[in-house]
Amino acid sequence: MSNLWDDSLSGFWSAWIIVITLGSIAFATWILFANRKTDKRPDAEGNVETTGHAADGIEEYDNPLPRWWFQLYVGTVVFSLGYLLLYPGLGNFAGLLGWTQEGQWEREVARAEERFTPIFAQYQEIPIPELARDGEAMQVGERLYQNNCAVCHGTNAQGGYGFPDLTNDDWLYGGEPEQLLTSIAQGRSGLMPAWQQIGETNIENVTQYVLALSDLPHEEERAEQGASVYASVCAACHAPDGTGNQALGAPDLTNDIWLYQAPGQSVADSVRQTLRNGRNGHMPAQAAYIGEERVHLVAAYVYSLRFRD
Amino acid sequence: MSTALEHPTYNYKVVRQFAIMTVVWGIVGMLIGVILAAQLVWPQLNLNLPWTSFGRLRPLHTNAVIFAFGGSALFATSYYVVQRTCQTRLFSDKLAAFTFWGWQAVILSAVITLPLGYTTTKEYAELEWPINILIAVVWVSYAVVFLGTIKLRRTSHIYVANWFFAAFILTVAVLHIVNNAAIPVTAMYSISLYSGTIDAMVQWWYGHNAVGFFLTAGFLGMMYYFVPKQAERPIYSYRLSIVHFWALIMIYMWAGPHHLHYTALPDWAQSLGMIMSIILLAPSWGGMINGMMTLSGAWHKLRTDPTLRFLVVALAFYGMSTFEGPMMAVKTVNALSHYTDWTIGHVHAGALGWVAMITIGSMYHLIPRLFGRTEMYSVGMIAAHFWLSTIGTVLYIASMWVNGILQGLMWRAINPDGTLMYTFMESVEASGPGYIVRLIGGIFWVVGMLIMAYNVFMTIKRSEAARQPIPQTA
Ligand code: HEC
Ligand code: HEC
Ligand code: HEM
Ligand code: HEM
Repeated sequence: MSNLWDDSLSGFWSAWIIVITLGSIAFATWILFANRKTDKRPDAEGNVETTGHAADGIEEYDNPLPRWWFQLYVGTVVFSLGYLLLYPGLGNFAGLLGWTQEGQWEREVARAEERFTPIFAQYQEIPIPELARDGEAMQVGERLYQNNCAVCHGTNAQGGYGFPDLTNDDWLYGGEPEQLLTSIAQGRSGLMPAWQQIGETNIENVTQYVLALSDLPHEEERAEQGASVYASVCAACHAPDGTGNQALGAPDLTNDIWLYQAPGQSVADSVRQTLRNGRNGHMPAQAAYIGEERVHLVAAYVYSLRFRD
Repeated sequence: MSTALEHPTYNYKVVRQFAIMTVVWGIVGMLIGVILAAQLVWPQLNLNLPWTSFGRLRPLHTNAVIFAFGGSALFATSYYVVQRTCQTRLFSDKLAAFTFWGWQAVILSAVITLPLGYTTTKEYAELEWPINILIAVVWVSYAVVFLGTIKLRRTSHIYVANWFFAAFILTVAVLHIVNNAAIPVTAMYSISLYSGTIDAMVQWWYGHNAVGFFLTAGFLGMMYYFVPKQAERPIYSYRLSIVHFWALIMIYMWAGPHHLHYTALPDWAQSLGMIMSIILLAPSWGGMINGMMTLSGAWHKLRTDPTLRFLVVALAFYGMSTFEGPMMAVKTVNALSHYTDWTIGHVHAGALGWVAMITIGSMYHLIPRLFGRTEMYSVGMIAAHFWLSTIGTVLYIASMWVNGILQGLMWRAINPDGTLMYTFMESVEASGPGYIVRLIGGIFWVVGMLIMAYNVFMTIKRSEAARQPIPQTA
């Protein structure tokens, strides 16, 4: 069976498809021609006499096929045979035009590249901080953003649950041009391990400590006990003072900005959930989708967001 | 004069049961359609509950209108037509009763399991394996009753309506069994025997023939009886029946790949789907012509007979949707129409304009006769229902054409720099007005169906009153 779906069919399947296709078309044509003529005569109203049988009182005339309908029928058959001659359809016969859908797609992409690449190549020469102040370029950048990024980061770029806000100056991976380019072109995958193994008491203590880091209401005693756990387990990634590490994408835990606070959830609950289950945010690499040139421009757009009020 | 409801020869009981359920399920299914249409205007109506979310109600709508409403109508009319045109009683009363209760059980399980989220994810074949087995059993029984009755016929000839019903019944059995072949994992979960591209092809081979045999061939059977009956004219051309019947059932089988243009399906299969869809135009129109021309000499009846109007307008919509279909099957057109509301408009041109209109016209002919009367309680109400349905259908399909073409053009519009001119959200916002118009069209339809329900209720009541020896008040 699997042969049927490969690019080229085995000889048997190819022949089978040709035979049943042409056979079906031949049958549909034969039934048309076989019933074309009637030797019965029209009555006074112009209708040809009935077949003579009646079903529950319903009789049937034996009128000939309407001429225009007959011609329409023949026309579609002729068109179809012509199509099968020009395009792939009859098994392995590729059609005289040699058309394939991959070929059509490749031609369209090549034509688009040819037309549009120079426009973006020109922007790519301009350094990001400068490009971010070019109003016209930023209009193009915004369109790229809205079509490729807004599904996750929001139309206003302020993010959402698990999706970072791109308008503030709290960066997981850094907001400088090179860092933005890396985030966007290559994608990011932040890994916060789950910490169930340290036990519920320690999880609660360190949660209180994390709340303290952002000056949020917390239980003093537990936070103090959590400090030592933090120093031994968390500091390696989130830094001893809790300000995070952009090389790892470990967030700053001192600024009361939370990537993972679900709507209606308290900060404490969000932290507990993070500690028990871990987190793994994923930013898909964009270079393969939109190309390096457009990445440069959309990075400049993200950079430009800081100039907004 | 008191007349017993039971016909001396024919089994009308099962026909009556299915006819009543046609009206009931028509109202339920269309009401869910209206709710869906409203949800697309006001998403808050999803109520934030899984059971009432669009994703779960949508398959409930399609199952309710196609299999509950359309299915009941097909059972009712095929059982009626086969008995009358073969001049014999149904092959087995018991088996016929089983098909009624079995089919209602299938529908009830759909009404319960779909909102609960049980689904195979195959469109129009969402029901899980235990229900599928019940469907298969009921359907095979249906085939036995129908074909058995034909075998017992007391006429030499098999009338054309029965060819179409028989083709519909046999093909749907094959489609259902092949597409639902699966390995059960738990009581309500199974895994399809097919995977990947083959799964997609089997699904749309099924899906398109569900359209071709369930929603077309079966209803053509209905048309071939009720149009000449209501018009009191002979069928226009017997030989046209022969040509378009054989061509239709032969070619429909091939057209499924037009649902999978520009996908992983190999080029050759896509091409065959396209050309067979084009060849399908003439055989489809053969049915429309045969129905329309049957009216020649009876056109004046349209002025006074709204039931006939339903039947004729149904044929017009049938002709329209079977012109639109082959056009949408052309790859370049499909590249624009696919994924847009154009498809939804096409669906309902067929579903409301053709399937529902021909059903309702047939029911207005059938129901009084099943209850020992010659006419419905109120002809005026039929006329009102006719206008509501016609205007409702036009509002629905016109708004979806506008939306579909708008969406298709917005999605492909690009700026001079090659970026897309509109975001997806902008195309959703632009569709808003069309969704409101569609909702209004849907409400027209449901109001019409409620009028029909009242009319049917009063017809039955009158019939009972006439059969009561002692006059009763109210
Ligand atoms: C599928 C959803 C998704 C899409 C689409 C997406 N992103 Fe992201 N993006 C994320 C997630 C999730 C993160 C955070 C990754 C993490 O937690 O490590 C992120 C991180 C980022 C960062 C790093 C933020 C920081 O604080 O350092 C930037 C910059 C960014 N995205 C820009 C973009 C741009 C520009 C686009 C469009 C070209 C885009 N993203 C498309 C989900 C997405
Ligand atoms: C291996 C490095 C690593 C260690 C060790 C680590 N974290 Fe994290 N943490 C991360 C990363 C990376 C993220 C961001 C995850 C993402 O982007 O999905 C994160 C996210 C978080 C968040 C979510 C912040 C927000 O904005 O919602 C909290 C809270 C947190 N960590 C606390 C801790 C605590 C407390 C510990 C010690 C028990 C700890 N982390 C240990 C790397 C680490
Ligand atoms: C009151 C009348 C009706 C209304 C308001 C209505 C409304 C709807 C809506 C809103 C959808 C979903 C469209 C989308 O996903 O964008 C839908 C889908 C559908 N409806 Fe209806 N409907 C009605 C009657 C019918 C009838 C009578 C039938 C069949 C006999 C039918 C068959 C279908 C089918 C097959 C689909 C799925 C289409 C697809 O997937 O392409 N509908 N309907
Ligand atoms: C010659 C006849 C017809 C042809 C060639 C045809 C062709 C098509 C095409 C090309 C599509 C769009 C596929 C896509 O882009 O996804 C489609 C969708 C559809 N058509 Fe038709 N059509 C015909 C008649 C009908 C009739 C009479 C009905 C209804 C009674 C109907 C019901 C549907 C449905 C329900 C869909 C939507 C399927 C889905 O995506 O869920 N069609 N048809």
